[in-house]
Amino acid sequence: MTTPILEVPILDVKDLHVCVEGKEILKGVSLTVLPGEIHALMGRNGSGKSTLSATLMGHPRYQVTSGTVRYLGEDLLALPVHERARKGVFLCFQYPHALPGVGVSNFLRQSVKAVRGDAVPSKEFRPLVKKHLATMSIPETFMTRYVNDGFSGGEKKRLEILQMLLLEPKLAILDETDSGLDIDALKIVAAGINLLRRPDRAQLLITHYQRILDFVTPHQVHVLMNGRIVKSGGPELAKELEERGYDFVEKEAA
Amino acid sequence: MSDTIAEKKVQTPTERTQGIGDDYETRFGFHDDESAYDFKSKKGLDHEIVEMISRYKKEPAWMREIRHASLDVFRSKPMPTWGSTKLLSEIDFENIHYYVRASERQSTNWEDVPPQVKATFEKLGIPEAERKFLAGVTAQYESEVVYHSIREDLEKLGVIFTDMDTGLREYESVVRKHFASVIPPEDNKFAALNTAVWSGGSFVYVPKGVKVEIPLQAYFRINTENMGQFERTLIIADEGSSVHYIEGCTAPTYSSDSLHSAVVELIAMEGAKIRYTTIQNWSKNVYNLVTKRAVAHRNSRVEWIDGNLGSKLTMKYPAVYLVGEGAHAEILSVAFSGSGQHQDAGSKVIHAAPNTTSVITSKSISKDGGRGSYRGLVKVHDGATGAKVSVKCDALILDDHSRSDTYPTMEVDENRVSIEHEATVSKVGEEQLFYLMSRGLTQQEATLLIVNGFIEPFTKELPMEYAVELNRLIQLEMEGAVG
Repeated sequence: MTTPILEVPILDVKDLHVCVEGKEILKGVSLTVLPGEIHALMGRNGSGKSTLSATLMGHPRYQVTSGTVRYLGEDLLALPVHERARKGVFLCFQYPHALPGVGVSNFLRQSVKAVRGDAVPSKEFRPLVKKHLATMSIPETFMTRYVNDGFSGGEKKRLEILQMLLLEPKLAILDETDSGLDIDALKIVAAGINLLRRPDRAQLLITHYQRILDFVTPHQVHVLMNGRIVKSGGPELAKELEERGYDFVEKEAA
Repeated sequence: MSDTIAEKKVQTPTERTQGIGDDYETRFGFHDDESAYDFKSKKGLDHEIVEMISRYKKEPAWMREIRHASLDVFRSKPMPTWGSTKLLSEIDFENIHYYVRASERQSTNWEDVPPQVKATFEKLGIPEAERKFLAGVTAQYESEVVYHSIREDLEKLGVIFTDMDTGLREYESVVRKHFASVIPPEDNKFAALNTAVWSGGSFVYVPKGVKVEIPLQAYFRINTENMGQFERTLIIADEGSSVHYIEGCTAPTYSSDSLHSAVVELIAMEGAKIRYTTIQNWSKNVYNLVTKRAVAHRNSRVEWIDGNLGSKLTMKYPAVYLVGEGAHAEILSVAFSGSGQHQDAGSKVIHAAPNTTSVITSKSISKDGGRGSYRGLVKVHDGATGAKVSVKCDALILDDHSRSDTYPTMEVDENRVSIEHEATVSKVGEEQLFYLMSRGLTQQEATLLIVNGFIEPFTKELPMEYAVELNRLIQLEMEGAVG
């Protein structure tokens, strides 16, 4: 039994075409993610995975040539980047940029304030940050460093998840957050993702490998190939890809 | 460890200043009625004016002679051929009041300052700052210091902090020995001008071994239109002593120009430490042509922390002459050039003794057609073995019609030295903006955060209150609210 309100998809992508510098990368992607769901989007390098995530967040270099994206029923493509964030869309960056001179603590506060629309009293903010730092096994000295400046790959990923936990997005898009992590870091990141799960939220997990799916069970798995979703299925599809490689999907699709 | 994210750390200056939407006009742009002024010289400059200033001040003959001689030097010197020759050529030296006095009295108690002048400094927050975090204050209004004070405990230790005119009267032999010893009038046209018509400024002496732990501050205010302010500052830190001196400056905005041309001389004796911090926020009709130089003796340390936000044209190159073995110079500067502004700022370090070291960091931001230039000279003399030099210039350009240039000069006459030089020019990156905007910040908020991050190496050297003020000023500039 589902109530009607829950039937409005968090994300509804229809026949999305996207160009980067005049070259078409996405050639008609359709995808519907319902509240409470986790979808995994898998594919080889260059298949268009990161293009989809950047487009959903609104990167100015990615041009939508046709198709629609609805977020909770609203036209997402009509919103500027910061409005998307304020409405609950979050992108966990694959390569987050360094912000020299910008302290982590200040950055987190400003973004939480922007997304919530109100300053967070430090009485509330401090314990919240402390709690999530502990979840992510991040030392508190992190807070006095500059954002991603001199961070290791693993540290950057953890800071991304930390932000996600603080901002509590309704739609979290994780762009290859698992890549380059050792197994311990992967478990920590997966724990963060699982912590965010709620019936009114959804997550889109973009990944190259299935190993993170050992820790985060998706409702659906999609295979993106050459700018199109060529196959969708349950969690077992990820295992199949792991065992047989992308070739078999390619043959099927051909 | 649990306190590392305590409120005091979490709340940065940027956050504290969020939502402040005042502008320069309401905060600094007001000007006072001049009808109650004690004295205002006619416009223009000649020997008669110089004579008059000196006689008013009842100066000794030797000072009067220096003034007259300097006027001749000023007249004989050509204008600088660098910086902005165009803007320099527009200065009308005949259209300036060289000496303006609002009050005959000088006070050591805020209550005794004339009401109008007192109201000005209250609006600028000076008495409050003094109570809260300063060891001493002087406030200069037009040509004269109208208020000065120093904490009693420091006075008992023999620390002298007074205006330069009082310094000359009460410590004549010291002033005579050091005045113009670091910057002679022949140094440049504007140093000569200052020496001819100087008035006000600070005289500071810190006795051997005395450490002044909290800052002394001087605040400079120009009120009159077409005014020339020529303060003269001399700071002597005796052996093993230390002092931090801060200056701030503002003026109302007028349609025609004013001139601020100071001379600041610092002397750091053996093992002494002087830090000199400036937050210059003149209105955009003020020419700010200032000569600042320090002599650093054996194992001493001189730091110029130089922030330039305001003025129409600033030409200022704080210098350190490292004359004693092991002396160290630190020059850290920020220049923000907005619409109609040219900040030609930089530094000069002379290594004239072995094992001397210098670190120069320059940060320049230009926006809305503003122009920032870094102009620097490092000279290492033959025999200054083991000298170490590090120069780093970073420029951030916020749009396509703004400009940034770097003019570094190195003259090295000694082989056994270490020299590093690095210069970067960057634009606010699309990726950085996208990253911040994806966290809910508007483009403007994101840009401000990046700019504040860019100058963080500078702001973190300021006392907290000044860091807050600087960030607030930059926020205003970024919002384009400053007239």
